[in-house]
Amino acid sequence: MIPPAFDYVRPSSLPEALAALAEAGEDAKVLCGGQSLLPLLRLRLAYPSVLVDVGRLPELHGVREEGGHVRIGAATTHDEVLRSPVVRAGCPLLPLATATVADPAVRHRGTLGGSLAHADPAGDLPAVAVALDMEFVVASAAGERAVPAGEFFVDYLETALRPAEILVAVRVPRLGDGWGFHYEKFHLTAQAWAVVGVAAAVRPGGAGGDRRVEEARVGLTNMGPTPVRAGGVERAVRGAPLPGAGAGGSPGGAGDGVRDAAALADEGTSPPGDLHATPEYRRHLARVLTRRALLAAAA
Amino acid sequence: MTEQIDAGMVARQVAESDELGEPVPGRREVGAARRRKEDARLVTGRTRWTDNIQLPGMLHVAFVRSPMAHARITRVDVSAARRLPGVVAAFSGRDLAAEQGGLPCAWPVTEDMVLPDHPPMAVEEVRYPGEAVACVVATDRYLASDALEAVEVDYEPLPAVLDMTRALAPDSPRVHPEGNRAFVWKFAAGDADAAFRDAPVVVERTFVQQRLIPTAMEPRAVVAQTDGDSFTLYSATQIPHVLRVMLAITTGIPEHKLRVIAPDVGGGFGSKLQVTAEEVLALLLTRRLGRPVKWTESRSEGNLTVHHGRDQLQRVSLAAGADGRLRGLKVDLLADMGAYLMLVTPGVPLLGAFMYNGIYKMDAYDFTCTGVFTTKMPTDAYRGAGRPEATFAIERLMDELAAELGLDPVEVRRRNWIAREEFPYATIAGLTYDSGDYAAATDRALELFGYDALRAEQAARRERGDPVQLGIGVSTFTEMCGLAPSRVLGSLSYGAGGWEHASVRMLPTGKVEVVTGSSPHGQGHETAWSQIVADALGVPFEDVAVAHGDTGVSHKGMDTYGSRSLVVGGMAVLRACDKVREKARQIAAHLLEAAADDLEFTEGSFRVRGTGAARTIQEVALATFAAHDLPDGVEPSLDSDATYDPDNFSYPHGTHLCAVEVDTETGATKIRSYVAVDDVGRVVNPTIVTGQVHGGLAQGIGQALFEEAVYDADGNLLTTTMADYLIPSAADLPEFVTDRTETPATTNPLGVKGVGEAGTIASTPAVVNAVVDALRPRGVTDVPMPCTPQRVWRAIQEAAG
Repeated sequence: MIPPAFDYVRPSSLPEALAALAEAGEDAKVLCGGQSLLPLLRLRLAYPSVLVDVGRLPELHGVREEGGHVRIGAATTHDEVLRSPVVRAGCPLLPLATATVADPAVRHRGTLGGSLAHADPAGDLPAVAVALDMEFVVASAAGERAVPAGEFFVDYLETALRPAEILVAVRVPRLGDGWGFHYEKFHLTAQAWAVVGVAAAVRPGGAGGDRRVEEARVGLTNMGPTPVRAGGVERAVRGAPLPGAGAGGSPGGAGDGVRDAAALADEGTSPPGDLHATPEYRRHLARVLTRRALLAAAA
Repeated sequence: MTEQIDAGMVARQVAESDELGEPVPGRREVGAARRRKEDARLVTGRTRWTDNIQLPGMLHVAFVRSPMAHARITRVDVSAARRLPGVVAAFSGRDLAAEQGGLPCAWPVTEDMVLPDHPPMAVEEVRYPGEAVACVVATDRYLASDALEAVEVDYEPLPAVLDMTRALAPDSPRVHPEGNRAFVWKFAAGDADAAFRDAPVVVERTFVQQRLIPTAMEPRAVVAQTDGDSFTLYSATQIPHVLRVMLAITTGIPEHKLRVIAPDVGGGFGSKLQVTAEEVLALLLTRRLGRPVKWTESRSEGNLTVHHGRDQLQRVSLAAGADGRLRGLKVDLLADMGAYLMLVTPGVPLLGAFMYNGIYKMDAYDFTCTGVFTTKMPTDAYRGAGRPEATFAIERLMDELAAELGLDPVEVRRRNWIAREEFPYATIAGLTYDSGDYAAATDRALELFGYDALRAEQAARRERGDPVQLGIGVSTFTEMCGLAPSRVLGSLSYGAGGWEHASVRMLPTGKVEVVTGSSPHGQGHETAWSQIVADALGVPFEDVAVAHGDTGVSHKGMDTYGSRSLVVGGMAVLRACDKVREKARQIAAHLLEAAADDLEFTEGSFRVRGTGAARTIQEVALATFAAHDLPDGVEPSLDSDATYDPDNFSYPHGTHLCAVEVDTETGATKIRSYVAVDDVGRVVNPTIVTGQVHGGLAQGIGQALFEEAVYDADGNLLTTTMADYLIPSAADLPEFVTDRTETPATTNPLGVKGVGEAGTIASTPAVVNAVVDALRPRGVTDVPMPCTPQRVWRAIQEAAG
């Protein structure tokens, strides 16, 4: 648990950071909250030559409304996300998932941007990003560009970020009124990674005995090398009857349509097998948890 | 927003919030819920952990460890590492071969036991992943770690030996040339074949006690130091005294030139009941280099090389009458030794041999244990050591028997347990249980649990096909602890006795110093011993100081393990106090010009019966110090020693009930409620007892639901981090409901029984029984541990066909 030697720089502005990163070349890593990178260093699974600490860059901080979006600085800690009234009002799904990240100590250090840029498919927030169609604001010496969530996550621990780029912020589109949200996380201990997680946003319509799903968004955690948008479920669940408000998701009756749609959750996924779950079990969990997440979001 | 935490302020608040202040006249200390004296310094870090020790000129050692389960070492080249900045020395196993000796095993369980050489650093061959093959000593820990990468080691792979059953096949690759069977140990009482012949019911099961990794909060750490003549070894160990003897034998350093110090130690659970390779190597390195050498393991290094626990395959069968009365029990055990036999490796399963019959009466019992070598980290003592395995097997079998007969699991137990009036009771396994009241503990547990209401809810959930099913698990356990009568250990071929030593010194001002041979690593000895001494000598609790863990201060001891400290070490303290009080009585009688027999001792004063004349023990202490006027032939001393050897083991017992909710869609198990009613005899400090039970439950539940050390098909350990090896935190555990019944032990004057392992021993079967009970209507009759969601889900799928 002793990391290899590395250099450390802490620039005071984004242009300085970008210059430092460009100068350091391919072996440099961006450090923010350190909750994912430091364990990799301590286990000697990564040997960066330089760590560029972006945690204190003013450009990476702050949460604000911006048109139809909520813009969240990449260095915003999980704890700040949880406490932000702007986030809670504008994109409630994000704090629901963030509240399940590790433990309070980690949430006080770890950052939204760091978690997304690390792109661990077992992390809770990438699934939220794809479910909400977040937009990633990425800076380089050449200027800023925006990358849609669907293109940001390229492979396991791999993103569309180029070597000399820094994730500055995400823009989360506001979904408008009438949506309900839920993050269903299945983990083995309170602090453990998700075995599978489901981020769901549902806009129900109708009333009383005739409630139906008008529209839904579903993102899956740990069901492949990247977070998965469950498009098949989203299409199939449209129009599915819902149980009366507050009735929950008891099997049988209303909710069958949701169950049928949720059964498509693992379509097109390639879940990993590891110590804690086989791919087959993950597929099963994805179907069960997606049903629960949809019903909970609609309730 | 960060608040600066001032450790001094916290320590003050903890101390001031306590009722440590005013002595209450006439109140007995034994039984009082005293806050622990040691906690303020422990929780604020104002104490000495081994890794905090900084000595002038200290060097740091790091180890190159085998990445392979089994291989021949064909080359080790440390020359490049030696040239790196800050590196002072680097050695291969061959460099140290002539002087490193072998790690000891103190328990040759049979005369023909295979006892392979166990070099602290591998020379020719590595036999488990993580075995040390070279070391680098540098001026700081970082440089030492960096230099490990410059050590070149070539291996010629040999086949890994992983599965115990296959390891015993004649054509299996061998871990050692002598073969993979370390020993076969048998015990039999009564005629088991007769008991099984024509038995109306026979329940036969195979249970896997998975391999566990003891996870003490403080990692192992060692500092070795020499002045060229004598040596001091600081170690995060449970056994400074045993370690000193063993290291003297192993390293050739004369015992009187070696001082071992266990500073405050942050948990052990048996994992620090060991003579480790790193302790021996640190001593050798400091001898070679003449400078202090420190080693502290990382958590990953620890998961690989702290001795592991459990890992047994239990083939058990139980014969009973149609009324559920037990006739006989057969146990055929394979116990995974790992690659070598360490301090008590082969003895661990035998500590269970006498416990498979539990609290029950039966006619016959057959036990066979085969110790098997594999290419894994050696196993050794882990909280409960042998007794959790035995208790799990019998308590799982009792639930299966109940299911077989359609009886309530509590009722089946009731028909078989030893009744209160039958004590002392000689069991089929040859032990004599001194006391107990199984019905009282069970009745109290049922009441606290709301057993009938939960059974009704269970029926309703079953009826309506609720996807979340309720299961209820029962565990009525006893255990043998308080290790141990020396003559019994001798009869089991153990290499040492089971006594404990204490010294009690009354100072001139009437304060008391106690030196104990027990070696606490979190248990609260300082508090409990102070309570015992306060009552025995009539001094305030606050006037007692307890020293421990340093062979330079406490020259004699057998240390702490096997729930032995109170029932053995505490008795030594009590006896030493008795001697001090009798010395004081002689002197008081002289001062009072009365006969010693005419004095009574109450509330700290010797009083002449029938007169008002009295001397406090503090006055006697001062008079003894002055020595101006002592009776003829009496030494000016109120100091005494005692060495106590118990006549019998200690047999705590209790009834634990667990309710779980099993989500049949995901396989997830949630503990809904847990009731533990323990009978540990009289209690010295109820807060400490409750704490021991809580911690024990967490570890037993850990085995039932969460923990497993996993080696892959090539023999690599996969669970090297705490993200892979899952231990439950408070957030994963229910609010425990604990209570006690009190049946005093008849084998010691305080009537106390051991409590350190009880919670761990009792809880694992309670939880697994509950999981199986939830799923029994679906045809599930067992779920292998740990009962993870995936395993539960798979059991449901398999039962559904």
